Amino acid sequence: MNMRGANLLTLEGMSRDSLLDVLDTAESFFEVNQRTVKKVPALKGRVVASLFFEESTRTRLSFETAAKRLGADVVSLAVASSSVKKGESLRDTITTIDALGLDAVVLRHRSSGAALQVSRYVPHVRVINAGDGQHQHPTQGLLDAFTVRQILAERHGVTGSESGSSLFEGLRVLIVGDIRHSRVARSDIAAYSALGAEVRVAAPGTLLPNSLEGWPVTVAKDFDEALAWADVVGLLRLQHERGSGSYVPSLSEFTTTFGLTRARASLLKPEVIVMHPGPMNRGVEIDSLVADLPQSVITRQVANGVPVRMAVLYLSLAEKKEIA
Amino acid sequence: MNLLIRGGTVVGPDAVFRADVLVESGVIVGVGEGLSSANSTVVDATGCWVGPAFVDIHTHLREPGREAAETIESGARAAAIGGFGAVVAMPNTEPALDNVPVVSYVLAQGAKTPIDVAVAGAITMGRKGESLAPLAELAALGVRLFTDDGTGVQNPLVMRRALEYAGPLGIRLAQHCEDEHLANGGVMNEGVLSARLGLAGRSSVAEEIMVQRDIALVRLTGSRVHFLHLSTATSLAMVRAARAEGLDVTCEVAPHHFTLSEDACSTFDPQFKVHPPLRPESDRSALQAALASGDIDAVATDHAPHTPELKDLAFDEAPAGMLGLEHVAALTNEALGENPVALFHLLSRGPARVAQLRANDHRVGLSAHGGVVMVGEDANLVVFDPSATWTGDRATLHSRATNTPYHGRALVGQVRSTIVKGRLVVHEGALQ
Repeated sequence: MNMRGANLLTLEGMSRDSLLDVLDTAESFFEVNQRTVKKVPALKGRVVASLFFEESTRTRLSFETAAKRLGADVVSLAVASSSVKKGESLRDTITTIDALGLDAVVLRHRSSGAALQVSRYVPHVRVINAGDGQHQHPTQGLLDAFTVRQILAERHGVTGSESGSSLFEGLRVLIVGDIRHSRVARSDIAAYSALGAEVRVAAPGTLLPNSLEGWPVTVAKDFDEALAWADVVGLLRLQHERGSGSYVPSLSEFTTTFGLTRARASLLKPEVIVMHPGPMNRGVEIDSLVADLPQSVITRQVANGVPVRMAVLYLSLAEKKEIA
Repeated sequence: MNLLIRGGTVVGPDAVFRADVLVESGVIVGVGEGLSSANSTVVDATGCWVGPAFVDIHTHLREPGREAAETIESGARAAAIGGFGAVVAMPNTEPALDNVPVVSYVLAQGAKTPIDVAVAGAITMGRKGESLAPLAELAALGVRLFTDDGTGVQNPLVMRRALEYAGPLGIRLAQHCEDEHLANGGVMNEGVLSARLGLAGRSSVAEEIMVQRDIALVRLTGSRVHFLHLSTATSLAMVRAARAEGLDVTCEVAPHHFTLSEDACSTFDPQFKVHPPLRPESDRSALQAALASGDIDAVATDHAPHTPELKDLAFDEAPAGMLGLEHVAALTNEALGENPVALFHLLSRGPARVAQLRANDHRVGLSAHGGVVMVGEDANLVVFDPSATWTGDRATLHSRATNTPYHGRALVGQVRSTIVKGRLVVHEGALQ
């Protein structure tokens, strides 16, 4: 799957070359974001709708900032707080907004598959999945890979694009927590493994997917050992507000067994990269002090969201194939 | 009106033979080669199979309560096009079919249609699984099948009491087998694919655990049960073992479970959402292979109309269920290969036996179904062309709803004529 002129619905099946194309493009936009004037007119005159059926301040702001820095006009509808309620036809909502003359839709939806469904309703509009249910969160996977490559490239004194995917070869990535319900985990695993990393997961039995058959991961037998093994530790939010809490006896037991506590942090390699897609449950999956250690790159992930989303919008739209 | 069905192959319970069939005043009056009749409408059955009209024991007609999706009248038309002379209306209407007035209403509306509409009553009040519906009162109206379909009776004690109460009444309870605790609100089959798609799964064990439970309860009570829409090879194996033990257990499969696998869900198209869910290919092929084995009493559609706006929702929010009446004969024909005896067993004789529609019931105006094509029988017949090829098309359905998963699918075998109580309801593939 190539990103250019295409929808971004999932990272599953995306080739290493396509991933690198996005990361390299994001790197050039990262430079733009360091300038005093942070705008480039690449998408001037294009209309991007940001359509969030689910609350998400940071992803929405990140996408809208990205679109504006590319010069696009942004139509924003925070559906979660508007009149659109659960049960309104997805088709009705999207075709109504499409009547405004859209080029792209950035869609966040609580239901898995919503972005793919929307892409069928408006085939002439490019659809960017900003998180669909428990399925995929492709731009999070991309910005996580971008962040890891950026940090490793800095250490090696090269640029990310010079390094290609070489810095991912043999890289040990551990993803911890609520894998079962996490769209971030599904996108991260696809990205890291396609780029050449070795991925392990660690979670209580109830928070692993029912089947990991076909997933390019192994399950860590011992969490403490896995922490000492890892070059990158990706923590996930325990979505206890959505009932994930009932999959474990208590939040405190989860913290005791799979939380990155201060005691466990001492097991980590000194140069480890600790990540979290946010928002964090401080004191649940990650100790508050650990979250603020220098190895923790959480704010850097947020910052990288903008250039990565600029790259996604640019590649999807700037080379948009006209539909006959 | 007199009818002469000429040139077809009559399908008996064990064999087929070439014969014309003559119908007068709603009854078969002649079966044999070279029949003629001066003042009869002639139905050309050349190249076709002629047998007892199909019987669907699992039809959601939606009336009363959800007439935007289907009515008794529109559902009956769709059924006739599909070759059905009789359907059993499921009780998950609003209100549920758990009392005499509402059941009487459905029977009365059904009597206005050109086919026979029988009723399945609810097992429990409001299908809530708590207290028994008036099974005896409804049985007195001619209701022979009872179910809370949509969900199964979750509480084993309630199911035990229902079986004990039903036994002496001569009625049969039909179970939607899914333990709702274990299914846990899942929206597709639980497995490799659901994990990848991030869709909540419904485990096959949720079905199998209830099949096993009800077999134990039948053994305990000496009553009888019918299993609706079994979807896994393991469920079928449990039924086979129970029958070998001598228990009075019957079962049906739905066409979508032997024609479609869970792979269809990978595009998140809600047309493929159904309960029990589409299963892996291994289950699909096992069900197809078992069709002609004698282990399956009926193919039943689970025809479940939904309005288009509900099927335009996201996959997890859309309602479960799909249409079946107009395509099931072709799908079953294709799945069986050239096997007319099995086709009429699965679509007519078997289901008529399960729903006790073999004998007519003049109290409610129901004629006899699923019998042998011979002189003196009620003239409920279908003329089926096993080699006609056509394409599923949601735009030409007779149902009010359009939620078919078979839009665009190539089909083999088509109903040419449906005759109900001697009346030519469908002729040359069109409603009369």
